[in-house]
Amino acid sequence: MKIIQKSILLIIALAIFGLNYFLEDNVDGYVLRVIINCGIGMILAMSLNLINGCAGQFSLGHAGFMGVGAYASALITTVLTLSPFFKTDLGVGCAILTGGLAAAVAGYLVGLPSLRLRGDYLAIVTLGFGEIIRICFLNFEQVGGARGLPGIPRVANFFWVYLWVVVTFVALLRLLRSSYGRAILSVRENEIAAESMGINIAHYKIVAFVISSFFAGIAGGLFAHFQSFIDPNSFVFNKSVEVVIMVVIGGMGSLSGAMLGGIIVTLLPELLRAFDNYRMVIFPLILIILMLVRPRGIFGHKEIWELFRKKASS
Amino acid sequence: MKISMKNRCFQLALPLLVLPLLIIVGCVKKEGGVASAVANAAASNEIWLGEYGSMTGSESTFGVSTHKGILMALDEVNKTGGINGKKLQLKSYDDQGQAAEAVTIITKLITRDKVMLLLGEVASSRSIAAGAIAQQYKIPMVSPSSTNPKVTQVGDYIFRVCFIDPFQGSVMARFAINNLKLKKAAVLRDIKADYSVGLANYFVDEYKKMGGEIVADVSYSSGDVDFKSQLTLIKGKNPDVLFIPGYYTEVGLVARQTRELGVKAVLMGGDGWDSEKLTEIGSDAIIGGYFSNHYSHEDKSPVVQNFVAQFKAKYGEVPSGLAAQGYDAAMVAVDAIKRSTELSPKAIRDSLSQTKNFQGVTGMITINEERNAVKPAVVLKVVGPQKFSYVTTINP
Repeated sequence: MKIIQKSILLIIALAIFGLNYFLEDNVDGYVLRVIINCGIGMILAMSLNLINGCAGQFSLGHAGFMGVGAYASALITTVLTLSPFFKTDLGVGCAILTGGLAAAVAGYLVGLPSLRLRGDYLAIVTLGFGEIIRICFLNFEQVGGARGLPGIPRVANFFWVYLWVVVTFVALLRLLRSSYGRAILSVRENEIAAESMGINIAHYKIVAFVISSFFAGIAGGLFAHFQSFIDPNSFVFNKSVEVVIMVVIGGMGSLSGAMLGGIIVTLLPELLRAFDNYRMVIFPLILIILMLVRPRGIFGHKEIWELFRKKASS
Repeated sequence: MKISMKNRCFQLALPLLVLPLLIIVGCVKKEGGVASAVANAAASNEIWLGEYGSMTGSESTFGVSTHKGILMALDEVNKTGGINGKKLQLKSYDDQGQAAEAVTIITKLITRDKVMLLLGEVASSRSIAAGAIAQQYKIPMVSPSSTNPKVTQVGDYIFRVCFIDPFQGSVMARFAINNLKLKKAAVLRDIKADYSVGLANYFVDEYKKMGGEIVADVSYSSGDVDFKSQLTLIKGKNPDVLFIPGYYTEVGLVARQTRELGVKAVLMGGDGWDSEKLTEIGSDAIIGGYFSNHYSHEDKSPVVQNFVAQFKAKYGEVPSGLAAQGYDAAMVAVDAIKRSTELSPKAIRDSLSQTKNFQGVTGMITINEERNAVKPAVVLKVVGPQKFSYVTTINP
């Protein structure tokens, strides 16, 4: 069983690696860029899904965590010229991982107030956190301030981003299937019932925050090393809202839904470019229609394969 | 819940199922790269230019004004027969004021729309981000109004038609000495903004070089509201000129406090003053101050008046500085395409770098070896609430 799983993962990794070369040769730069943006969107949506969808908390500060990851990793590869190692693929990989860890620490700090707050109140706290982070970057001249931080090595390509998409997907899926994940889900369903069953709610909420912000930080690191430029403007409140939309569109609590949401929200505005300035009218219109047709998101609480299975059995 | 192995394989394979979907949407690359763009351009009767800017978002006024200027310039060229019989076409996209969007659409302009030349952006941060892509694909880019020195340092395909921040410092130094004959200056700089620091440094250098004396050089941080300690120090030195190269909010507050403390010096600054908020915050205290700017629609020269009249006829409004810069950026680009030996990004880049004494609305433009425009600045005087009048033009 274990061996089969490992070999499947290995095959997927190799497939992504091969696909990377195929795409770089056969697809133009714009399409490749959009595909990679979709990947980053998927990681963001899947990670936020853990807090908003699975743990039932409402976070509006995801762009903040992403920003922490982006700036922390860019700090290592660009600003602090530690060693040439951090310009190589592997070095950047380490830096992105560090960015994820930095975001996880931030997630822990923000997770703490979530023990006392819930619903709208928590949303405001996380929103505040996101803004504080952005204002900090805006005022640190060392990382470029409002002008932004250029010259970040452009290392994150299709391979790295989609490898992380798979890692995020597998990690979160396995988490949700474990007793940890079940505990997190129980917090969403009914906190009192969960507590009376002996589940330490505080602990699991923080776990959700830390894991979620870790992957958001990874997404930020990939974003920074893919764009090769970041500025505080990239991590505004709107970005957080965008991620929330991804999760809601796909279906709260559904991992595959979050992935689909990530793709839709990234891809749709690009496909609508033909409509010029009306684009930003049509895009929300489509979102409204989508929510009217499927009020609980495209997949609802379910995963894509569960939907198919149900149809087959009924 | 029991999960069968078959099921699990399916779950793990999901990302792989998603990928082909994406690729279908993206579809396979259309044949050829830049080389075929050149061949296409030679054959067809159109030359495509690309523009990216913030048409929506918090800075949309900048993007829209620039866009109007660019459109007007291209219309004018097309009316007179285009370039060697080829019409100019503009493809413009909105970046919503986001660097990530700017990077995506500049890639689209280059790889999909196969443009010959790129125009944009207003904000320096987005010009730097997108400029890196233009440089990577070796497509020339002309920024209408990004003044940060770092923009053209991105690479040898990045140009601009505006002067860089520090230049304004030397302009004001010359204006103080030559026009106002004031030889004792104090400087109050915002140490947090490299815009302000750049201006202050160049002011000090030029002022000393021209025989002036800097009696005080003190600083504040943007966001401060009390400047009394710095101003008391300045008052003791009794300068004729107080140079404050900051943004309008702090400048307004400083102006009020200078008058409260009885400092008599003439106030001066750069284009950071250019806002209707300036006189709102500074009220009477700021009136009589001078600042440098890119262009004034009150400038009496026929080029400017002609431009203003045509712009009014087309859009029914007085062109802002950004519209004038957009117009000039497009015109400089057109001029370069006309002079270039062949229709290729490389040849256009070369002729752009040789732009010399081009008569634009915002002055005579020469591109120097750092790909920045060497061109005059105008000096404006604050004469009343939200009223700035044109004083003079200072050549580099």
